[in-house]
Amino acid sequence: MLRAGYRLGIAAAAVAIIVPLLTTGLATTPATASPPSISSLPRNETVYTSGTAYSAPTNWNPLDTGNYATGTEGLLYETLFNYNPVTNKYTPWLAKSGSWNAAGTSYTINLRPGIQWSDGTSLTSADVAYTINLAKNPVVPYSNLGTYIGSVTTPSATTVVVNFSSKAYTEWQDFLWQDPIVQEAQFSTFPAAQITTDANTSPIGSGPMTLLAANSQEVAYQVNPSWWGTSALGLSFKFKYLVDVVNGSNNVEFGNFLAGNIDLSNNFLAGIASQISSPAATGNLGGTGGFGIETYYSKAPYMLSANTVWLEPNLTKAPMNNLDFRKALAYAINTKAIAKIIYGNIVNPTSPTGLLPNLDPFISKSVVSKYGFSYNQKMAIKYLKLSNYKGQDITIQDPDGWTDWNSATDVIVSQLAAVGIKATAYFPQDAARNTDLDDGTYDLALDNNAGVASSPWTYFDRVFQLPIASVQSAQLNWERDDNPAAWALVQKLGTISPTDTAETDATYGQLEKIFLQTLPEIPLWYNGAWAQYSTQYWLGWPTSKHGGYTPIMWDGWLGNMTTVEGLAGLYPNPAAAS
Amino acid sequence: MLRKLFIYLITFWVAASVDWLLPRLVPGNPINLLLSKISLQPQTYNATYNLYMKSFGLNRPWWKQYLSFWEALFHWNLGVSIYQFPKPVTSVILDYVPFTLALLIPAILLSYFAGNRVGAMAARRKMLDNTVLPVGYTLTATPYAWLALLLAFLLSVVGRFFPISGGYSFGLIPSFTWTFIWSLVAHWFLPFLTLFLVGFGGWAIGMRNLIIYELESDYAHYMEALGAPTRLVRRYAYRNAILPQITGLALQLGVVVSGAVVTEIVFQYPGIGYLALQAVGNEDYFLLQGIFLFIIIGVLLANFVVDIVYVFVDPRVRVGIAGE
Repeated sequence: MLRAGYRLGIAAAAVAIIVPLLTTGLATTPATASPPSISSLPRNETVYTSGTAYSAPTNWNPLDTGNYATGTEGLLYETLFNYNPVTNKYTPWLAKSGSWNAAGTSYTINLRPGIQWSDGTSLTSADVAYTINLAKNPVVPYSNLGTYIGSVTTPSATTVVVNFSSKAYTEWQDFLWQDPIVQEAQFSTFPAAQITTDANTSPIGSGPMTLLAANSQEVAYQVNPSWWGTSALGLSFKFKYLVDVVNGSNNVEFGNFLAGNIDLSNNFLAGIASQISSPAATGNLGGTGGFGIETYYSKAPYMLSANTVWLEPNLTKAPMNNLDFRKALAYAINTKAIAKIIYGNIVNPTSPTGLLPNLDPFISKSVVSKYGFSYNQKMAIKYLKLSNYKGQDITIQDPDGWTDWNSATDVIVSQLAAVGIKATAYFPQDAARNTDLDDGTYDLALDNNAGVASSPWTYFDRVFQLPIASVQSAQLNWERDDNPAAWALVQKLGTISPTDTAETDATYGQLEKIFLQTLPEIPLWYNGAWAQYSTQYWLGWPTSKHGGYTPIMWDGWLGNMTTVEGLAGLYPNPAAAS
Repeated sequence: MLRKLFIYLITFWVAASVDWLLPRLVPGNPINLLLSKISLQPQTYNATYNLYMKSFGLNRPWWKQYLSFWEALFHWNLGVSIYQFPKPVTSVILDYVPFTLALLIPAILLSYFAGNRVGAMAARRKMLDNTVLPVGYTLTATPYAWLALLLAFLLSVVGRFFPISGGYSFGLIPSFTWTFIWSLVAHWFLPFLTLFLVGFGGWAIGMRNLIIYELESDYAHYMEALGAPTRLVRRYAYRNAILPQITGLALQLGVVVSGAVVTEIVFQYPGIGYLALQAVGNEDYFLLQGIFLFIIIGVLLANFVVDIVYVFVDPRVRVGIAGE
């Protein structure tokens, strides 16, 4: 009897194994309304990307910034212009051209003819006017434009005229390349209050791809054969599918990348420089290293620069409120050593202004040579003596698990100790760190919230934004710098015509001078636009020698810069064809 | 019986309340974290922030949030996930639950059956015992995460027999095809093996000790004295020894579930445990609540089932209940 019971147990266990396993397959349903006809994407027709998504893709609403799945902007929805940070130029995208009238009161957009939405209808001036008018809705990400826009007219199906009630050159310029055009017919069906929160699981875009499927691990797109860019720009894709894989832990990402499961990794992979440059690694696969890895530059720093890392002092607290103390900090930190020791030279130390390399034309060389600083321990000690620092212990915080920053912080602590500043590294959870910065309850922090922009305006807006709230939750002016003169200059810049370069340059020169004289932030190094390519399946990746396109899938890069053009350059590696 | 049910209800109420409270004690605010990924001008930031706070009901006083939590719970409405916004928590969890069940149910049942059999065989058999005892002790004392890492290293990094992470291969669209099912099984095996091995060690040791105890008891000696074959004696001993093991199963459930959480994280296996880690990282109150409610209900139900099974297996309990 017992034997029989035992056998029954085995049978029960077998059923217990098989049934749940089969149901796991059923539980994850494709996101699209009609199930795709294929069950697995052929490896030689699919490009795999990773390094952008940290949560399961569930949302394709381009107005829900921060929540939408990788590819929503760029692959599905497109902007009027793109910006190329390498050449510091704008590329006409949905728009063929655009220009201000002489008085700077209205802007005319000429759309490319023959652009179609993925549902087969035409993208017209009415869609563009509708998208621009959404700025009047306070929850739309570009609602800061709303107060400046007077009226929007559509003289023809491809012409849009935007009349401004007051000048907003900079904000408008940012809209042109940062915010995607949505279809009026679809978006007008959403209630106004939910226009940014609808998941939009059946997106209708104008872009080079359409949504194929999504599950908790990845989102898959397929190439849109009727994309306007093929005839208008001569761009076509040699792959049929693009799959963006949700990020796992760094070691898993590294393993997947080296195994060739991921073609483009936009992760920070520690030690990647040695994988590329070590003599042992080179030899096979076209001399690009044993794993067939490529990066944007073939030598250090390997990557483009993506954003500026600051040492952010809390200006409402002593001794950080003391200029001499901040100067001591600036002189005490050896960013070259950090770039070398922690990053293996895949990052570059910043210029004293902290402005990214693409903004070099805006940097006043005379201001930098007169007021700039560089690593100098003697100067640090000199300024420390002049300051109000009394030997108290100060903390430097950054989020736990940001391993490169955590190690860099340890190095900074030791560099500060060398000049007599007692500092302690502190790594709270991400959310706790944000709260500390919002509330102004920190001492020093590492921060990089000023990313790539087409002018230094965004950078200085982040530094000098006023007024200071008791909770600085919009992440602007986290250091709490109360400098009305600087803020007036930032506001003034929004009203100077972009063609008036003399006035623009002079004003930026003034801001740079104030920045260097008062040091509200201490620029350290440029975080890289991390991009590693595997050449196992695909060749033709964007590099400094090939195309010069941005190789980044991150939000704000894929949709607004030259990533799509870079993807169009890929072609299959003949060695992997078998 | 009623008393037992009452205890279950009280346990549920306390556990669910703690479940509601704990995520809210963590410093920081989920909406703030969500919006920290975007750069918005202050006026837009405030409008967006208020929109989210209102749509998640986080702008209300805490006692109102608590009451509406229970109200919604009775309608089996767990709210909307912040991290996978705007997907409802129940549907997020349903995407991940099958993976966890596919790990837990086979691992618990197989390790229980196999562990008990092997343990029973090993008792009082010197040769076998010399292997089972040390191996069992080592396995049961091994932390799940460590064993998981060891298996991942040996069988997928060095050996390349199994994939190291995920629920199935990239580029597969879930469907009833052999490619997909094979991929599922291959990805499932290592996390399953981890849970199985640790559990197996525990049951084997427990059973071995219980059998030795039973073989020392009067009824066993009496049967031996009557000349009963060893097989028969051992079979009786097994039936008596299995009773405390069933109680042990009920007690073990919580441990196994937490082991599954850790194991899933190591293998990035898309189950409830992996989801829980993501929910914690994103301070997703609602998803965390949902996950823990699911675990609480699962463990309570399993305990309930074990209680009922016990009634059938142990005649003394049956008599006891009937006599009440």
